[in-house]
Amino acid sequence: MAAISREEVAHLARLSRLAVTEEELATLAGQLDVILQAVAQVGEVTAADIPPTSHSVPLTNVLRDDVVASCLTPEEALSGAPDAAEQRFRVPRILDEDVAS
Amino acid sequence: MTDLTSFSAAELAGLVARGESSAVEVTQAHLDRISAVDDRVHAFLHVDTEGALAAARDVDSRRAAGEPLGPLAGVPVAVKDVLTTKGVPTTAGSKILADWRPPYDSTIVRRLRAAGTVMLGKTNMDEFAMGSSTEYSAFGPTHNPWDLSRIPGGSGGGSSAALAAYETPLSIGSDTGGSIRQPGAVTGTVGVKPTYGGTSRYGLVAFSSSLDTPGPCARTVLDAALLHEAIGGHDPLDSTSIPAPVPDVAAAARLGASGDLTGVRLGVVREFAGEGAEPGVLAAFRAAVETLTKLGAEVVEVSCPHFQYALPAYYLIAPSECSSNLARFDGVRFGLRVGDDGVRSLEEVMSATREAGFGPEVKRRVMLGTYALSSGYYDAYYGQAQKVRTLISRDFTTAFEQVDALISPTTPFVAFPVGARTADPYQMYLADLFTIPSNLYGGPGISVPCGLADGLPVGLQVMAPTMADDRMYRVAAALESAVGPFTPPAL
Amino acid sequence: MTTTLPAYDEVVARYEPVIGLETHVELGTNTKMFCGCPTDFGGAPNTRVCPVCLGLPGSLPVANRAAVEATIRIGLALNCSIAQWCRFARKNYYYPDMPKNYQISQYDEPLCVDGYLDVEVNGEPVRISIERVHMEEDTGKSLHVGGATGRIHGATESLVDYNRAGIPLVEIVTKPIPGAGAMAPEVARAYVTELRDVLRSLGVSDVRMEEGSLRCDVNTSLNLPGEQWGTRTETKNVNSLRSVERAVRSEIIRQASVLTAGSRITQETRHFHEDTGDTTSGRSKETATDYRYFPEPDLVPVAPDPTWVAELKAALPELPRLHRRRLQQEWGLSDLDMQSILNAGAVELIEATIAAGTTPTAARKWWLGELSRRANETGVELADIGATPQQVAELQGLVDAGKLTDKLARTVLEHVVAGEGSPAKIMADRKLEVVSDTGALTAAVDEAIAANPAIADKVRGGKVAAAGALVGAVMKTTRGQADAKTVRELILERLGVQG
Repeated sequence: MAAISREEVAHLARLSRLAVTEEELATLAGQLDVILQAVAQVGEVTAADIPPTSHSVPLTNVLRDDVVASCLTPEEALSGAPDAAEQRFRVPRILDEDVAS
Repeated sequence: MTDLTSFSAAELAGLVARGESSAVEVTQAHLDRISAVDDRVHAFLHVDTEGALAAARDVDSRRAAGEPLGPLAGVPVAVKDVLTTKGVPTTAGSKILADWRPPYDSTIVRRLRAAGTVMLGKTNMDEFAMGSSTEYSAFGPTHNPWDLSRIPGGSGGGSSAALAAYETPLSIGSDTGGSIRQPGAVTGTVGVKPTYGGTSRYGLVAFSSSLDTPGPCARTVLDAALLHEAIGGHDPLDSTSIPAPVPDVAAAARLGASGDLTGVRLGVVREFAGEGAEPGVLAAFRAAVETLTKLGAEVVEVSCPHFQYALPAYYLIAPSECSSNLARFDGVRFGLRVGDDGVRSLEEVMSATREAGFGPEVKRRVMLGTYALSSGYYDAYYGQAQKVRTLISRDFTTAFEQVDALISPTTPFVAFPVGARTADPYQMYLADLFTIPSNLYGGPGISVPCGLADGLPVGLQVMAPTMADDRMYRVAAALESAVGPFTPPAL
Repeated sequence: MTTTLPAYDEVVARYEPVIGLETHVELGTNTKMFCGCPTDFGGAPNTRVCPVCLGLPGSLPVANRAAVEATIRIGLALNCSIAQWCRFARKNYYYPDMPKNYQISQYDEPLCVDGYLDVEVNGEPVRISIERVHMEEDTGKSLHVGGATGRIHGATESLVDYNRAGIPLVEIVTKPIPGAGAMAPEVARAYVTELRDVLRSLGVSDVRMEEGSLRCDVNTSLNLPGEQWGTRTETKNVNSLRSVERAVRSEIIRQASVLTAGSRITQETRHFHEDTGDTTSGRSKETATDYRYFPEPDLVPVAPDPTWVAELKAALPELPRLHRRRLQQEWGLSDLDMQSILNAGAVELIEATIAAGTTPTAARKWWLGELSRRANETGVELADIGATPQQVAELQGLVDAGKLTDKLARTVLEHVVAGEGSPAKIMADRKLEVVSDTGALTAAVDEAIAANPAIADKVRGGKVAAAGALVGAVMKTTRGQADAKTVRELILERLGVQG
């Protein structure tokens, strides 16, 4: 049985903001299926009471003093912008109104 | 006069310091070599001729003024195109960043400049450091100087191939799952993944933040150590940077070069014995073990039972982090934008941009990571992989109670022909089988040439405990003194 | 919509509301949450940005100690437990305001948990349980161009400024608040008001709702008595204390009309509109993004040293509720008097006026009297009326010194409010000082006696009360600038009558 369906792959592409073609979708579905079946091996390990590792350095409380540092100039900030106007980054119209914060 | 490109970095620094060669001469010799061979090797994505010569002139004038120079002043270095360079193109091997000139320098590049090294340019790599052959570069593959029909390893194939082609004596790479060590092995050069947190990630275009480790590449162990000391050490701009001095790696390399490993205990990981490795690689590895024993090391077998799950754990953790790290490539603030025709919405333009700007391997990993982090799959995939990561670290800890360092082949196979593994992504992933455990654990690893198989280089990997980078330098330098040198055929 | 909405009283007689509040506070630190860019308000676009807060490739965050400390202090003030160990997490979603397309926030390991805040609603104490207090970063701001009203709908493009991106935010989340009944809107308002005062007393934020440094989302659901809690909606864009109350009330009424019509409430985000007092539907939560939270690998865990936490706790200022109680005692006020001061938002103003050298009675008189009246008339907050506590204290000082009468003082105050400067200056500029020159006053008195011989005779004849008319005449000629008591004494003296 496939680990992942073509519909799921299409959904993943949307979540990932990738406008994949139908042809790519078919290829990707097959490849992701192979990879997922392989990586699913992690499930063979008994690890219920093992703490997860998110960082490999044993550091805590790396904090910065609240002191102002130099900023980029607006020219530098906008230097890589594909499009800019009024010293701001210009983007096409936005469909999704909901802004989480 | 002998060709300046044939010297080691330590030798070149001496020539410049003594005034026997100028930094400009050294730099020009390497720029000439690049002009002569890089159309065939394609190690460089960008050669900064003007910047390099200006930096070299600066070193020469500082020397003339009697200013003290660092141990690598005037020595050329090539930088993997994954580190930001102010005003100099930084593409990460991706079409999505094809025209990006960052407004800031990465910490490593800043330190390279401060050390008086001369940056020649930026080297080719698999897109966003995802790959093991440099075939996933958006700008065409790099070719292995040992055999131009073969891959130079990856993701940092450009940095290692440039060394093997004598285009530079030093280069910088980044190692997330083996991207420094594996290219080092298949090009017959030295590649070091330092302890995670031992080298700053500030300005390193992120692939997998908890694994990415920039590090030195060179043709000799001592050169790698000198470069390691120039770039390493605490950086307040990187929260995961370890606030401790760089281990004394140059001294360890010099100690190892004496060829005496008496009292050093080395462990061979039982679970890696034979698994998936080519016979030629295994033969070279066994020969290296014999050599190390002759040098006085005691070699024992140790068990790391969870190493067999390192590859699957890695291919969940790295894509998960990458799916988030690569979200910022959306065509808003920098880089490529596609399809902005005044009709399409932002969402459509973002999707079109990412579709056009990312190559197939990047897309696979972004989608894989998005999947592994999704609610409903998180616990079984990403969460479970993080637990396996803990178990792998414990395996290392247990092993290092018995031995000073672990050894293995760096990679299961020698350089393969271009195109041989691109059809099956998972076959490509196997290249990092032996290098991935160190990334998950955070400890250092080095690849040093140990022999040839069918005329192609084989690397020995030495893995050490975190912040004990000096140990592996000693072992690698000792082996280096006893075998080789391994020189590729003339280009 | 043309459907008639049910009356609020009927709704709350039938349904029980459950509310919950999520409040975002912009901290007043010098620099942003994860980089050294300044946080000051109002710079030209994209002038307070760096590789980190622009999310440029390769950049890395480093957490601001002052922001962590402020969050712990907020947690302590809200009676929370402070985590011994916690992590940042990435909240992944695409939005152009958000430079990295993920927000660094906290997920299942917030810095502060399980607290409470006691508030008073119509004199009754209500304890609001706090679920969590966590750290995160703010987004940039978009300017929507080409639409009718700068709104996102109908806009043809947007222009993004990242000056605000990365400013430290603290999110404070209450547990669900059941049992408030008809008082739910007032409870919501009282909570946000009290929270604002607590935050202000801590000095961690300027807590200005209208400028967005304090932002509130209100969750509302309705259920029939004895039944399970209903489906909740989340109302955003609630930008004033008054709106908090209105948003809850309007959402209660809307939900009731939906339920009464036999329909179901959709779990969704709704937007409050200040002008109409209504909420409109935003995105349905059922199709909402999966945020794919995971521990932020670029930041190491925060593990506050218990000694540090204890020090911060010991150094907390007196919190508003206790402070108010103490003031009430010091000022000798009844509960009712104190309540009227609270309702007028005058506690701090009166306190500062007293600190500037005035009696509690006088300070209260000015702020609750003349100034409150003007504030109500002009529809501004008392604090923004234009007179400072120092000016009010100075004004009262002039009255106490006999230089101004009450009536003159009110005139001076009008000019203070108009922004003409200090009371003393206005008094001098506009020649409003009490006429205390005895010669000029005696002349005015003699003139009044001469002009009103009949009245003068009455007074001489013993009808002392008749002197009032003469006082009035004198006040008229001195344009009110004489002290009435002095004038009266002078009249009696000139007429040879004992006062």
